Amino acid sequence: MTEDLVLPAPREAAADAPGEPLLVVEGLVKHFPVKGGFPIRRTVGQVQAVDGIDLTVHVGESFGLVGESGCGKSTTGRLITKLLEPTRGTISYRGKDITHARRKQLAPIRSEIQMIFQDPYSSLNPRQTVGKIISGPMEVNGIHPEGGREKRVRELLEIVGLNPEHYNRFPHEFSGGQRQRIGVARALALEPKLIVADEPVSALDVSIQAQVVNLLQKVQRELGIAFLFIAHDLAVVRHFSQRVAVMYLGKVIEVGDRDSIYTRPRHPYTHALLSAVPEVNVAGEDVPQRERIRLAGDVPSPIAPPSGCRFRTRCWKAQDKCAAEEPPLVRLAGNHEGHLTACHFPEEPTIEARDKDIVLDPALVALEETDD
Amino acid sequence: MLRFLVRRSLGAVVILFLLSIVTFLLFFGMPRDPALLMCGKTCTPANLENLHRVLGLDKPIPEQYWIFLKNLVMGSDDFAQGPCPAPCFGYSYHSNEQVWGTLMDRLPTTLSLTLGGAVCFLIIGLGTGLIAAWKRGTLVDKTFTAGAMVISSMQIYFLGPLALAILVYQTHVFDKPAYNEFTENPAAWFGGLIIPWVVLSTIFASQYTRMARSSMIEQLQEEHVRTARAKGMSRRYVFFRYAWRGSLIPIVTIFGIDLGSLLGGAIITEYTFGLPGLGRLAVESVFFSDLPLLLGVMLFSATMILLCNIVVDAAYAFIDPRVRLA
Amino acid sequence: MTTLTKEAGAPVPADADAFLSVRDLHVSFKTEDGIVRAVDGLSFDLERGRTLGIVGESGSGKSVTNLTILGLHNPMFTTVEGEILLEGQELTTARESELEKLRGNKVAMIFQDPLTALSPYYTVGRQIAEPYMKHMGASKKAAWERAVEMLGKVGIPNPKQRAKDYPHQFSGGMRQRAMIAMALVCDPDLLIADEPTTALDVTVQAQILDLLKDLQQEFGSAIIFITHDLGVIADMADDIMVMYAGGAVERGTVNEVLRAPQHPYTWGLLNSMPRLDSDPNAPLAPIPGTPPSLLNPPSGCRFHPRCTFQDRVGGTRCVTEAPSLGPDRSSACHLTAEQKRTIFLEEIKPRLHQRP
Repeated sequence: MTEDLVLPAPREAAADAPGEPLLVVEGLVKHFPVKGGFPIRRTVGQVQAVDGIDLTVHVGESFGLVGESGCGKSTTGRLITKLLEPTRGTISYRGKDITHARRKQLAPIRSEIQMIFQDPYSSLNPRQTVGKIISGPMEVNGIHPEGGREKRVRELLEIVGLNPEHYNRFPHEFSGGQRQRIGVARALALEPKLIVADEPVSALDVSIQAQVVNLLQKVQRELGIAFLFIAHDLAVVRHFSQRVAVMYLGKVIEVGDRDSIYTRPRHPYTHALLSAVPEVNVAGEDVPQRERIRLAGDVPSPIAPPSGCRFRTRCWKAQDKCAAEEPPLVRLAGNHEGHLTACHFPEEPTIEARDKDIVLDPALVALEETDD
Repeated sequence: MLRFLVRRSLGAVVILFLLSIVTFLLFFGMPRDPALLMCGKTCTPANLENLHRVLGLDKPIPEQYWIFLKNLVMGSDDFAQGPCPAPCFGYSYHSNEQVWGTLMDRLPTTLSLTLGGAVCFLIIGLGTGLIAAWKRGTLVDKTFTAGAMVISSMQIYFLGPLALAILVYQTHVFDKPAYNEFTENPAAWFGGLIIPWVVLSTIFASQYTRMARSSMIEQLQEEHVRTARAKGMSRRYVFFRYAWRGSLIPIVTIFGIDLGSLLGGAIITEYTFGLPGLGRLAVESVFFSDLPLLLGVMLFSATMILLCNIVVDAAYAFIDPRVRLA
Repeated sequence: MTTLTKEAGAPVPADADAFLSVRDLHVSFKTEDGIVRAVDGLSFDLERGRTLGIVGESGSGKSVTNLTILGLHNPMFTTVEGEILLEGQELTTARESELEKLRGNKVAMIFQDPLTALSPYYTVGRQIAEPYMKHMGASKKAAWERAVEMLGKVGIPNPKQRAKDYPHQFSGGMRQRAMIAMALVCDPDLLIADEPTTALDVTVQAQILDLLKDLQQEFGSAIIFITHDLGVIADMADDIMVMYAGGAVERGTVNEVLRAPQHPYTWGLLNSMPRLDSDPNAPLAPIPGTPPSLLNPPSGCRFHPRCTFQDRVGGTRCVTEAPSLGPDRSSACHLTAEQKRTIFLEEIKPRLHQRP
């Protein structure tokens, strides 16, 4: 079932020559009201889930969106798929503004943007057969593929590596990984141009995760579908994406091609994030040591985010300027084309170990001082 | 907390206001003319018209409602039967007595019946439920669970007469149920209510047994309960300190609903045992198309239910700091 | 050092020096669908002050094993056979009151999700103080002070005030710190951490892992660290035990297992996991198929339906005969030691070392 998923080496050109812009997001903002007050409940604050982000996804490209919980990556995905209405900003698809498009206007576009969800258990209707689930989008959009819908569903099942004979089975008869394949088949039913995948593998076991990542990669490359791949796992995102944006507290703080982000990051948060990923050193001693950065505390509340640069409260380089002035997302000197960083005091573009580790966590500082 | 209570109370007033409008309108949708009922067998058109005028039924409905509201808040001296201080629901069409006075007459009966019954069924129900949960899977658990299942499928109008027949008429163990003022004769008060309490609490307790048991078993499977066990707390400590606290939430919810509706009138119980409480009053007022009385009973019952809801919400905050500090 | 010739199922004699010794442990649950054999013949030893990493996917039996050590399984539905010896004391047959004296005192646990693992009804300080009062006989006041001290030690700012807070007023990372404070309050000899960082963000995870390592230095506890994440295990453990479908399939030191793995399942895990230093253009090599149902586990080697090296063993040995696992560096696989070495060097290692 899965042998066919081991793929040939990808076409080299894909990463270097992005196609036409498919999806352009400008100044996207989503604030959720916080209710409270007395005696009549009213809006007393805003959760600034997404606070002014710009993104471009090109035709056929896989674009990764990483960040920790509360950074707004999932909200961004839902804004783009129009599951949420943005507060401000524009979303345009193939040059057409779809930010506030109504159902009717959206209909032809909706089929071209599909979504894959995290939880393969709750995202499939348990009372519908697999055939019904996958043909659902075709019915809703009144699409009659050649040879009938059933034939198309069988094709799709085959594409995602499931037995076409299982057309009449129910979701509970499948394992988690297989259910996620059903989710992929459903997303493919309308021949989309863009798939927004929100943590598509994080609910799966490691060995199953790889199967689904490979499937998505196959779909992306062979069918030329652009992906917005949202995940918290930096290694998975690196594996899947040609370009990557790093989000923190509702802002994109760094964006660039994969190599720039993963080997030449400039934003201190990107450094901290990469340094925090626990890694298996399979090779032994011949690999250069990675830098060690340990931040203090957790992400601040998105209801009252810090002024200026939002990372400054946890940053070891923060100065007065960071509180006063929000750093623009720009190409810094030394950055590759398309590598943008929002930082007043960027780091050196390397992830190798420093002379002295950056340890900000007071408990770690205290414990490690007594050790020495 | 105070803000919360004030906000909820304001909400309750709004609900009561809406409810009074609905009741008022419903009454006028009723097929019978209350004046016709009062008019008697030898009713002449002139008499009827006179009655309409006296009762205020000749005025437009919004105006009637306005008068009703005004009387409720400020009281009124306009009634032919005499003065009517606030809260004034007017005089009963049927008995010609002040509605508020009638309600207050009937309240002690319902209050005694309900609160006494509630104390009984809480103690019995929660007690058996906790024992069943503690001894889960054993014969004790199975006996309690099965017993509760059987009893909860019975009804008061079956169990009540049965208890009366056996305990009162045949064996004379207890007195015939009756309401005696507690302040005058506590022993008679107790003796007259014991059978209704037992019957009421038996039926309610069986539901609380099942609820307490399932709620406890659910809580015992919570991760934080496992953590408490993992740090060496004894089974008893974990049971009563950790699991019990969480299992109270559903119990309090249901208890609030039960108590509210019982206080509004335990109709079947009161009829079964011939006790003159609010439930009987409600039925009678419908029967006689007695608008002032009906409105009075309705709004009073609704107030009880809303009051219980507010108390339940306050109890949540007491039990669960997440509610308190939200 | 392999013990492939050993007869299947024969338990290894208990290591007299071991602090914790698990021998031929079998745990099964009664369910509506039948009997789930969650742990099937597991043996391992743990020395004082060392960290054993248990790695496996969901359903591998890694969490069940550790609940069983403290007797936290539900006795109504669970059958436990075998031996669990803690400093020579048999735990599987110990009375509940004996176990209560050990729990939170000599052996403490940290759970995965600190939000659900801490009671919402009591303050953080109280929850930390409770085991200290119980096991150390401390007064309420002394226990509270100890709780505040522990909160400070695990890096909760302003611990005196925060001890009075409820868990929901803490952030995710702080809750897990509070959980660690609770586990260490009685200075346990053994700390069992069940996926303690899985629910946390990666930067917070890094803080918590380092904190655990630093605290281990100070408290000298042995740790059993359970996770599905090979990266975390590489960071934390001295020794590794890889579990699959209720049994251990490979064990050894961190370097042995991660740099020269012997079992096809371990190879599969390493190959299916994207890393920050692997070639992102090379496709992942997933393990085919899905983990087996423990209601009806495969015969012979439990990994055989997903194993691509069966034919190298030859015959039907993989299907009929369960391979056993030795006490030290070893793997439960019918491949010969030589085969394991050459397959790893020639077929697995080059894939792992592909560079962009």
